[in-house]
Amino acid sequence: MSHPDFSDCRVLIDPAPPRCHASHITDGALVSVEFGIIGQQLVNGLTLGGMYALLALGYTLVYGILLMINFAHAEMFMFGAYVGLFTLQGLAQIEFFTSSGPALLLLYLLTFLIAMVATGILGVIIERFAYRPLRHAPRLAPLISAIGVSLFLQNAALLWISSRSIPFPVLFEVRTFRVAGANISSMQILIIVTTIVLMLILDTFVSRTRLGRAMRATSQDRDAAGLMGVDINRVIALTFFIGPALGGAAGIFSGMYYGNIKYNMGFIPGIKSFTAAVIGGIGNLRGAMLGGFLLGLLESLAAAYISTGYKDVIAFGILIVVLIFKPGGLLGESVTEKV
Amino acid sequence: MGAIRSGLQKVTDFFGTRPGKIGFFFVLALFTLFMPVYFQAVGNAFMVRIFALVGIYVLLALGLNIVVGYAGLLNLGYIAFYAVGAYAGMNLGFLVQELLIGLGFLGEKPENWTYWMLLPFAAVPGALAGIMIGGPVLRLRGDYLAIVTLGFGEIVRIAITNNIAGITNGASGLPAIGQNVPPIAGQEWVRTNLSTADFIFSKDLYWYYVIIALVLFAIFVIQRLDNSRLGRAWVAMREDEVAAASVGVNILTTKLWAFALGAAWGGIAGHTYAYWVGFISPESFNFMESVLVVCMVVLGGMGSIPGAILGAVLITALPEVIRALAASPAFSGILTPEQASLVGDYRFLIFGGLMVIMMALRPQGILPSKRRARELHPIDDHVLMQENQELWEAEHKLDTDSDKF
Repeated sequence: MSHPDFSDCRVLIDPAPPRCHASHITDGALVSVEFGIIGQQLVNGLTLGGMYALLALGYTLVYGILLMINFAHAEMFMFGAYVGLFTLQGLAQIEFFTSSGPALLLLYLLTFLIAMVATGILGVIIERFAYRPLRHAPRLAPLISAIGVSLFLQNAALLWISSRSIPFPVLFEVRTFRVAGANISSMQILIIVTTIVLMLILDTFVSRTRLGRAMRATSQDRDAAGLMGVDINRVIALTFFIGPALGGAAGIFSGMYYGNIKYNMGFIPGIKSFTAAVIGGIGNLRGAMLGGFLLGLLESLAAAYISTGYKDVIAFGILIVVLIFKPGGLLGESVTEKV
Repeated sequence: MGAIRSGLQKVTDFFGTRPGKIGFFFVLALFTLFMPVYFQAVGNAFMVRIFALVGIYVLLALGLNIVVGYAGLLNLGYIAFYAVGAYAGMNLGFLVQELLIGLGFLGEKPENWTYWMLLPFAAVPGALAGIMIGGPVLRLRGDYLAIVTLGFGEIVRIAITNNIAGITNGASGLPAIGQNVPPIAGQEWVRTNLSTADFIFSKDLYWYYVIIALVLFAIFVIQRLDNSRLGRAWVAMREDEVAAASVGVNILTTKLWAFALGAAWGGIAGHTYAYWVGFISPESFNFMESVLVVCMVVLGGMGSIPGAILGAVLITALPEVIRALAASPAFSGILTPEQASLVGDYRFLIFGGLMVIMMALRPQGILPSKRRARELHPIDDHVLMQENQELWEAEHKLDTDSDKF
C-alpha cells in the first residue's frame, strides 16, 4: 500500500509543477541553510499539522460524545477529497468561474461548501445505519462495525472511481515567497489560514451557541442531558455532521497540496490524526488542535533530521508512548475508569 | 411451505442427534482429506494451493480467536506476528544451513529437516513479539489497545521494508540472492512412493497435509485451553475485568498469556507459509490482512473454534471457488468468468458491509459459542421483565405472609 506522504513533498509532486519546496533541494541558498531547513520544516509542519488537526477534531468530537473511535473517519478525508475534485472539475466547466479573480474565489468557496456538506451527510448516514443500532452494545461492536464501514468505503472508491491516484488540479497560480531562507508558498499560507479560521468557527460554535452547549452537555453525561430536554439523537447526528465535514475539508487541502488523491489516502493520515487527538487529550477540542499542529511539526522535523523511511514509525511511537505514560493527553483530564 | 419447513426441521434435528453429528463430521473429514487429492488427480493444482492457503488462514483465525474471542482484546496488528514468525523462521533456517555447512555435513537429509527442526521454535519469536507489544500496552482499554496494535503492525511492516538489522532484505523479500529455502523433508519420499503414472503427489499436496496436521493440533490445544483454568480466567476477564480481578484473576498475566499464545500460532502459521511458498516480502503483511483475519473471527463467531474455521474458509475460499467454478465447463452460460472475477474484486466491499450488518443483527457470528452469544446479545428484555415480575411477586407474597403475624 502506498500512502500520501505528508511531510516530504518531494515524493508526490511528480505530475504537476512543484507547489512546495524543501529548501535543501531548491536553488540552494547555502548561506542560510541551517536556519533555512528549520524554518522550512516549521512551515511544512504547520501546513501538515493543520490537516492533522482538522481530521483530529472529528475523532475527538465523536469520542467525546459516544466514547467510540470512529475508525471510518479516515475515509471521510478520502471522500471529501473526491467530492471536492469532482465539484471543482464540474464547476470549472462554467466559464464565469474562471473568468476573474473573485469568481475563482467563489468557485473554491463553493467547492469547499459542497464537499463539506456532502461528507457531513455521509457521516450522518453512517451514524444512522452503522453506529446507532449498536449504541448499547459492548464496546467492541461499534469499533468492528466502523472497520467494516471503512473497508466498504475504501473499496467503493477503488471499484467505482479508480484504483490509481488521480491528479488534483489547482486553478490559481501558486506563488512562493522567500522568508528568512525558507520557501513559503501561497498554498501553504492558504491552508494554514483556512484551517485556523475553521477551528475558530468550531470553537465559537461549541462554546457560545445553544447547540454547542447541548453538545457539551451530552458529552458530559448523555442520560442527564437527555433528561434536561436535549435531543440526544440530534446532537449525535450533528456531531457526525461537523466532524466529517472538517475531515472532508482536510481531504481537499491534502489533494491541493500534494496534487493527487487516491482511494487509500485516508489510512495513514487517519491514524496520525487519531494520534494527534490522543496527544492533545481525546475528547478535548482545543487539545486536538494543539495535538495536530504539534504532531505535524514533530513529524516534519523528524523527517528532516532523523530519517524519512521511519517517519511513520515516529508518529506511532509517539502514540504508544503517550498512551502508556500520559493516557489523558496534554490537555485532557485524567479520568478514572468507570466500572 | 409447511412441508418444507418441517422437512428442514427434520434435517436440523438429525444433525442434533449423535449419529447425525458423527455422520456430519465423517463427511467433513472425508471432504477435507480427499478433495485436494481429487483436484490434484484432475490436474487442478490451483485448487490444491487454495486448500492449503485456507489452512494457513484457519491457523491465523484460530490464533487470533484466542485474543479477540476468548480474552476480548481486539488486536488489529495480528499479521505482525505472522510476519515475525515468517522472517524469524527463514533467517533461522539460513543460520541452520550455515551451521550445517560449517560442521561439514550438509547433505540432502539434514538440510531438508530445517522446517521440522524449526517448527518447535517458530512459535517462540511470535510469542516474544506478543509479550513485547502486550506488556506495556495491556493496561489500555479495549479500543485504545486496538489502535496501538494497529500501529505496532504498521511499525513491523515498515521495519521489514526498511531492512531492519540487515536481515529482511527490504522490499525485495527473502530469500535474497545466494540464499535458498530448503525443501521440506518427506516431500521427495511421497513424490517417489505415492505417485502413480498419471497422479503426481505434488509439493502443494504434501504441504496441505502438513498444514491440516497443524490445524488439528491447534484445535486440540485451543480446545484444551478453553476448558482450562486459564481459559475460564480469560472469559471472566472479558466479561468483567474488575469482578475477575477481585476473585483472584491476575489480569496482567492473563492478558499476556492470551497475547503470547495467540501470537505463537501466528508465528507458526508464518513459518509454515514461508517454507511452503518459499518467498516472503513485506507486501504480504499489510494492514488489510490483519483486517481480513479479524473479519474471519467476527463473521464466524468470536470465541468459537468452529466459527473461526468457518469464517476463514468462507472468506478465503469463497471468491476463489466462485472464480474456479465459473472457469469450469459445468457452469458455462450460468456464470461467465468476467462475472466471477467481479465477485473477487467486490469481496472486500462485501466483507465490509457484512461486518456492519453482522454487528447490528447477529453480533455473535454465524457459529457462535454459547457463552459469547449470551454476552453479546443481552438477555431479552421480556425475559428480564418476567424475572423481575416473579421476584416482585415472590417478595410481595412474603410481605403479605409476614403481615399475618
